[in-house]
Amino acid sequence: METLVSLLTLALIASAIRVTMPILLAALGAVYSERGGVINIGLEGIMIMGTLFGAVGDYVFAQRFPGLVESVPDLAPAAGVLVAILAGVLFALIHAVVTVTFRVDQIISGVALNLLAVGAARFLNILFFEVSTQSPGVSGFTPLNIPILKDIPALEPIATSISPMIPAALLLVLISHWVLLRTRFGLRLRAVGEHPLAADTLGINVIRTRYAGVMISGAFAGMAGAYLAIEQAHLYFEGMTQGRGFIALAAMIFGNWWPLGALGASALFGYFDALSLRVVRLPVPSQFINVLPHIVSILVLAGFVRRAQPPAADGIPYSKEEE
Amino acid sequence: MSKRGLRLVALTIVVMIAATLWILPGSGVQAQAKKYRVGLVYDVGGRGDLSFNDMAYAGLARAQKQFGARIETRDLEPTAGGENREELLRLLAGEKFDLIFGIGFLFTDSVTRVSKDFRNVKFGIIDGFIPDQPNVASLLFKEHEGSFLVGAAAGLKTKTNRVGFVGGMKIPLIERFEAGFIAGATHVNPRVQVFSEYAGTTGEAFRDPVKGKELALAEYDRGADIIYHASGGTGIGVFEAAVVKKRMAIGVDADQSLTVKPDQRRQILTSMMKRVDVAVFQTISGMINGKYKAGVETFGLKENGVGYAVNEFNRSRIRDIVPRLEALKRDIIAGKIKVPEDKKQLAEFVKKVKR
Repeated sequence: METLVSLLTLALIASAIRVTMPILLAALGAVYSERGGVINIGLEGIMIMGTLFGAVGDYVFAQRFPGLVESVPDLAPAAGVLVAILAGVLFALIHAVVTVTFRVDQIISGVALNLLAVGAARFLNILFFEVSTQSPGVSGFTPLNIPILKDIPALEPIATSISPMIPAALLLVLISHWVLLRTRFGLRLRAVGEHPLAADTLGINVIRTRYAGVMISGAFAGMAGAYLAIEQAHLYFEGMTQGRGFIALAAMIFGNWWPLGALGASALFGYFDALSLRVVRLPVPSQFINVLPHIVSILVLAGFVRRAQPPAADGIPYSKEEE
Repeated sequence: MSKRGLRLVALTIVVMIAATLWILPGSGVQAQAKKYRVGLVYDVGGRGDLSFNDMAYAGLARAQKQFGARIETRDLEPTAGGENREELLRLLAGEKFDLIFGIGFLFTDSVTRVSKDFRNVKFGIIDGFIPDQPNVASLLFKEHEGSFLVGAAAGLKTKTNRVGFVGGMKIPLIERFEAGFIAGATHVNPRVQVFSEYAGTTGEAFRDPVKGKELALAEYDRGADIIYHASGGTGIGVFEAAVVKKRMAIGVDADQSLTVKPDQRRQILTSMMKRVDVAVFQTISGMINGKYKAGVETFGLKENGVGYAVNEFNRSRIRDIVPRLEALKRDIIAGKIKVPEDKKQLAEFVKKVKR
């Protein structure tokens, strides 16, 4: 019975929310890229860049402007997040140039991006910090406490010490939903991912729109990396993304290429991840709990496979001349 | 670029090449006196991990300082996953290094193989058990003894009678830390309850601070007020959790109070020191003095190979328990306390204490 209760404790839920965030952010990014017709399996690599540059931005800002950081401590992590987003966009730009302009196979470019990120991160880390695998410690944002709720002891785990990036990420889900469904840019992005030729004949700049989709995905993945480094670990550590970029990709597919779906799928992965960390007295081996989210996703994908609808032109390079 | 600019660049290049040629034979002449070459390949995590690898580096640096021009050192880092550690060992052996260290348990297979192929090269392996090679010194530590002492510190200092352990990769080596810690805590405080978690079953488990933080938060949530980690880089997450929860943590390998951020430093009760630096330095100086010994060498409390850290930051905090810890240390060295090394011995030990 104790085990059953512990499956739903608030502390577990708080932990699940924390581990969901990086997956969610990267998955949101993937939605933009793939809605525009570009598969981005380089998310993991972009995230690695995000973790490194998040820490670099945070650290360097704190070193350069100690006075400013003294009076407004949140400036340093904010700078870290911005630098990480910028680095993510620039890194994603490589993917955009290679796949959209030069129409290279998108999977290959993504794999190359992941490999490049691992080597580049170590190289850059040596350049910045003179050691190869980790950064010095960096400061995070001042945690938020929810007013009123924070004074109820029972709610303490979920109402206190919340990273401000968590509500920001949840807000971004809603904004993304609105952007994709209700704005001109969202409609064009989707048109370009469904039928680029038709979009082109209507005067939409396919190339530019796809660039935008890929670069937005870079911004989100960079932010996901920044969350890991700045908010969770308070430093950059080589390999700290631990494959979350790939999980995010799965969450995006699982979520049927929609922001709200990605939220649900990420939360599922996050919940089971937290579960494997917290519920240790179960009569089953911990490895079983570790594979649970993947089994669930396979089952659900198999069950919903007819409903899973990727954008029609997802993964297909577009060229005016050939069509 | 102007013509003059081009000429300037060309001139610079010529000067640089000439300078290089000038320097090269010079350094060759100096090396004529027998110069020992010592190589070292790090474990996953590499230099700058503020614990295990940096301790190995400290030993190498100390040797370089002490022996100066008589030795030449080189340290290499494997790739992120450590897949190329054997290549790096072979690279150093192929360049006729005299003594090569593999830092960490994960080197066991590759050092065994490479030492067979390079019979005239001496090897040292930290934490690896290779007893039967004539050119390999296996440098092992009695981590359970050091862990016993920090376990006792936790058992004496806990207010909730609950303490925690976070391990990296679940292997017998790390289970020694766990067994010693639990034994130490229960020895001084039979009512204590110890939570134990591991970050995983691969080398990745030593570099996942995010997971380390969540594991530690989970243990703190269950009422633990002191957590001991033996998990390399993952442990930085444990310290982070200690900061969030304002509870205590115990470091490992190096004196981690000295190496972490100030806000984490305040939460560190003490650290279990594993003197990898001592093992590395002694092996190097042994080789230079012609006393290199292959086979297994163990560093325990008696050899000062393990211990607990007292420094300017934690001195006032643990002053009251230091006499007790020193007494326990003497008892272990004298053989009055036999510290368990694994689960089975631990179960017997705990049974005896609770009776």
